[in-house]
Amino acid sequence: MIEALGIWVAAGLTLAIMSFLYGDNPIYKFAEHLYVGYSAGYWLIYTWHFTIKLMVIQPIAEKQPGAIFLVIPLFFGVLMLTRWFPRIAWISRWSIAFTVGIGAGLTLTGAIHGYIIPQVKATILPLWTGNGFSSFNNLVIVIGVLTTLIYFFFSRPHTGVLGKTSKVGILFIMIAFGASFGYTVMARISLLIGRLDFLWSSILKLVHFF
Amino acid sequence: MNGENISFWEKLGKIDRRWIFLIIGLVVFIPIAFGLRMTVHVSPAVKSAYDTINRLPEGSVVMISIDYDAASMPELQPMLKAILRHCFDKNLKVILINFWPLGLPIGNQGLEEVAKEYGKVYGVDYMNLGYRPGDIAVMLRMGTEIRSVFYGDIKGTPLDSLPMMKNIHNYDDIAVVVGLEAGSMGDYWVQYVNARFKQDLILGVTAVMAAGVYPYLQAGQIKGLIGGLKGAAEYEKLVNHPAFGHIGMASQSWAHVAIILFIILGNIGYFMERRRKRGL
Repeated sequence: MIEALGIWVAAGLTLAIMSFLYGDNPIYKFAEHLYVGYSAGYWLIYTWHFTIKLMVIQPIAEKQPGAIFLVIPLFFGVLMLTRWFPRIAWISRWSIAFTVGIGAGLTLTGAIHGYIIPQVKATILPLWTGNGFSSFNNLVIVIGVLTTLIYFFFSRPHTGVLGKTSKVGILFIMIAFGASFGYTVMARISLLIGRLDFLWSSILKLVHFF
Repeated sequence: MNGENISFWEKLGKIDRRWIFLIIGLVVFIPIAFGLRMTVHVSPAVKSAYDTINRLPEGSVVMISIDYDAASMPELQPMLKAILRHCFDKNLKVILINFWPLGLPIGNQGLEEVAKEYGKVYGVDYMNLGYRPGDIAVMLRMGTEIRSVFYGDIKGTPLDSLPMMKNIHNYDDIAVVVGLEAGSMGDYWVQYVNARFKQDLILGVTAVMAAGVYPYLQAGQIKGLIGGLKGAAEYEKLVNHPAFGHIGMASQSWAHVAIILFIILGNIGYFMERRRKRGL
């Protein structure tokens, strides 16, 4: 009986959200607010359990090795709360500076070491591999990368050879946008498939239940 | 072009969009309701992902990262189940890890469901590390020692009390990481874990992200790519267990046909209207 009730609630809320397709209405608003409230509550519990309790309180209480160092991030975390008090809100900048510094350092190394260098290496390709098909693929990649980079070269007016090459770059960019849009359509339809399959299987389950 | 035709195209351009919603809804629903199926062809990207796992010797460890929530469940949950079936069928050990807190119950649900199908035992054949905030920091610290960020599993059980975890300390003990991604975590796995620790990676991503992830595959930074529901259906075919991915493919294909028709009609309407305005 509880399972059937759960199915009714889930199916009802799905239909309530989908009713927005016809037009904004109070049933949709109710489901939307319920979702926002539920998500906020969920986040709160998770933050308490997985962050504060498991990563701060528990290691300190159990005197785990190195737990003393947790006092440092805890201190900076508490400083963030000073934003609630305008007179001392400036202190929170120390925590923000700490976070921005770490974030910038990590992003820089990740981007260079894990993205730019491997991607540049992957573009340096032989134009003749002995196989016509893979040679053509390599040629497309090399031309695509070079012409797209030229399109984003704004130090000289896009006229003459530069203009014609940048136009080829636009073509590659448009093809990339098209592929991305096609995948986006596929993703959105997948979500609709998921919900309609759920509704249909819910109906079948309920019919079976009664 | 006579007046009646122009009037038709004009009307078509101003059609209430709810008719389009209804048509798409019906096109998607009818194949589901009538159980229509389509042949699924396996792409090289998915085959490469499958082969990477298939080549692992028995007892190897596969870490699966659940980086999605309910919003991406229709695309990524079928991938999770298909990959788990593959792993358990080959007697590989599975570790689940979560970087999206709302994905924790979803991932655990899929893991328990498939583990039950194969009679696998928690702590011996599979385990769930649970969720930790801090994404990049957690990924990097796991390169040294998993226990430095995960003191226990999802229920707080100390990792050393789980038999399968006794010899698993860092990425050296993990054969492949599979990232199921609905956001930027996939980039982090590639840019930090693959680049720094040379960890083999497979990414399963939502279709929206697939086009942006292909450069990683082309550069050899990931071993395989499973994109969207179509990718999930392909993996289901490879593990010979058709499930939700297959159910969705007929709807997906017919919906794409309908959208292509809408785009063609919309463009014809646009050019007709422009021609009329130019007085041709």
